[in-house]
Order: sequence, then C-alpha cells, then structure tokens
Amino acid sequence: MLLIHCPYCGEDRSELEFRGAGDAHIARPTNMADISDAEFEAFFFLRQNPKGIIYERWRHIHGCGRFFNAVRDTVSDRFIKTYKAGEPKPDINAAPATDAKVETYEALEGDAR
Amino acid sequence: MADQTQALRREPLANAHGGSGGVRLTPAKPASRISLRARADAVGALSSALGLDLPIRPSASAISNGRMALWLGPDEWLVIDENGADLMAAAASAGAMHSATDVSHRNTAIIVSGPGAATAINSGCPQDLSLKACPVGKCSRTIFGKAEIVLLRMSEDTFRVECWRSFSPFVFGLLAEGAEDAAQ
Ligand SMILES: [Zn+2]
Repeated sequence: MLLIHCPYCGEDRSELEFRGAGDAHIARPTNMADISDAEFEAFFFLRQNPKGIIYERWRHIHGCGRFFNAVRDTVSDRFIKTYKAGEPKPDINAAPATDAKVETYEALEGDAR
Repeated sequence: MADQTQALRREPLANAHGGSGGVRLTPAKPASRISLRARADAVGALSSALGLDLPIRPSASAISNGRMALWLGPDEWLVIDENGADLMAAAASAGAMHSATDVSHRNTAIIVSGPGAATAINSGCPQDLSLKACPVGKCSRTIFGKAEIVLLRMSEDTFRVECWRSFSPFVFGLLAEGAEDAAQ
C-alpha cells in the first residue's frame, strides 16, 4: 500500500484516501481576458510531464478534504515531500530520478529498446 | 370513509443485525447532526454555543453528554447530538460567521464493538487501527470499501462508524463479513 503524508492531518494515510489534481505551482494569469490564444494554451494545456521529479497538487478527498502539494518521483512513484498549499516550492535537488531496486521498464526489458 | 394512510419514518438500518463471536454490530440510535464549517476566529463562539470545545488538533474529538464534535478538516467538524437537540439553532446562536448544514438524516451510524472490532473495520478500511496509531477519541474521515465513512474510536474495542444512509446496507454488510473473518 502506498502511503502519502497529509500535511494537514499530520500523518501517513493510504493512497485510497487521496486523489491527484495535476501539476502544482501553475499561476493563473491575472489578465485572462487580454492574453493570446497561444498564451492561454501554454497556461491551460501545456505541461512538462517530466521523467523524475514532479511538483503536483493532491487532495486528501476521503480525509480532511484539503488540497496540498507534493514532490513525487514519477519513476519510482516515491513521494519525496508534501507541503501545505500556498507554501513555497521547495528546492529538491540531488534526489535520484531512478532507484536501482525499482522495476522500471528499462530495468526489466534491458536493451529491448 | 377510507382509512387514512400514514407515512412512517423508517430508520435506514431498522432491524439490521449482524456480528460474530468477537464483534457486535449495532445500528446507532437516531441523532441530530450538523456539518459545520468555520474559520479559526469563530471557533471560540461556536464552542460556547454548542457547549463543547470544537477540537482544533487533527483527528481529535470532543464528547460530552451525548454530544460529540469530530475534527474532519482544519475548518470542518461533524457535530452529533444523540439526544436530538437542535444543533442548527445552537450554532446559529453563536453570533459568529460559520456554515452549518443539517445532515441528521443523510448519515446513520453503526456501533462496532468487541475484541475483533478493529479487525472487522480493517476488512474495508486501510487505516492503522492499533491503539498506538489510533488511540481512544481519535476520529477521521476515511474510506471503507467503496463508501466514505467517519470513524471514531469510542473505547479500546468500540468504534462508531458514520456513513451516508444510502451506503448503510453496503457498510453494514461488509462489516458483517469482516466480523465473521475477525472471529476466525
Ligand atoms: Zn488530510
């Protein structure tokens, strides 16, 4: 079972109580009516989908109901840090993007690429 | 003259019974309930109006004279009164800004008791219910199978499981299954 630390409840809870809510730290333009279609597209649709560290919004929907932010490794699915909404984006560096023990496609299939 | 038809209110779990050698399942008696939302600056006034201290610590509860306030979130409580008191009026008398919704008939509750109570609940709930992680008085909104519940540990081997009335046959049924497993 994957446990996620809720910064509002202050404890680790099962992933079953949570729901993902997309990328974090996306600032909504304050001049929404003035921006171009391309700028709106960049704000609304375009995401990096990185391999490795990603900053995401999560919601403890079957718990305290709160949205919060999380730093997650998309390769190992490990939650590196969770923090309350509105808190600054933490500087996460030197965190390994892969863990040798994790069964990734590359690790299992070897040079099948 | 034709006899008049009378509409009777039936409890959602009327006549439900279940359990096993180690777990007793009892539908809780009817209660009035409000879903209460308020900011930190209104907690004091609401606490005096309701006659018990709204807990501000995560997962904490306050219980006195058949009335309980369960912390659900940083600004959200479930207040239950087993004596049927008018909680809406009590909250309104606080004179502080809040939102209260009467959910007396949306919810119903099941009392799960006995040495196998935690095991029976764990048949559908992923939380750690050991006394260390879940001491007496701890409450939380969580998940039980496909249903959302509010769980309160009333004593070492007694839990109150609050669920929406439409989910109550499912919750009671899965608890009954879990009770059978807990007895083995
Ligand atoms: Zn939470």
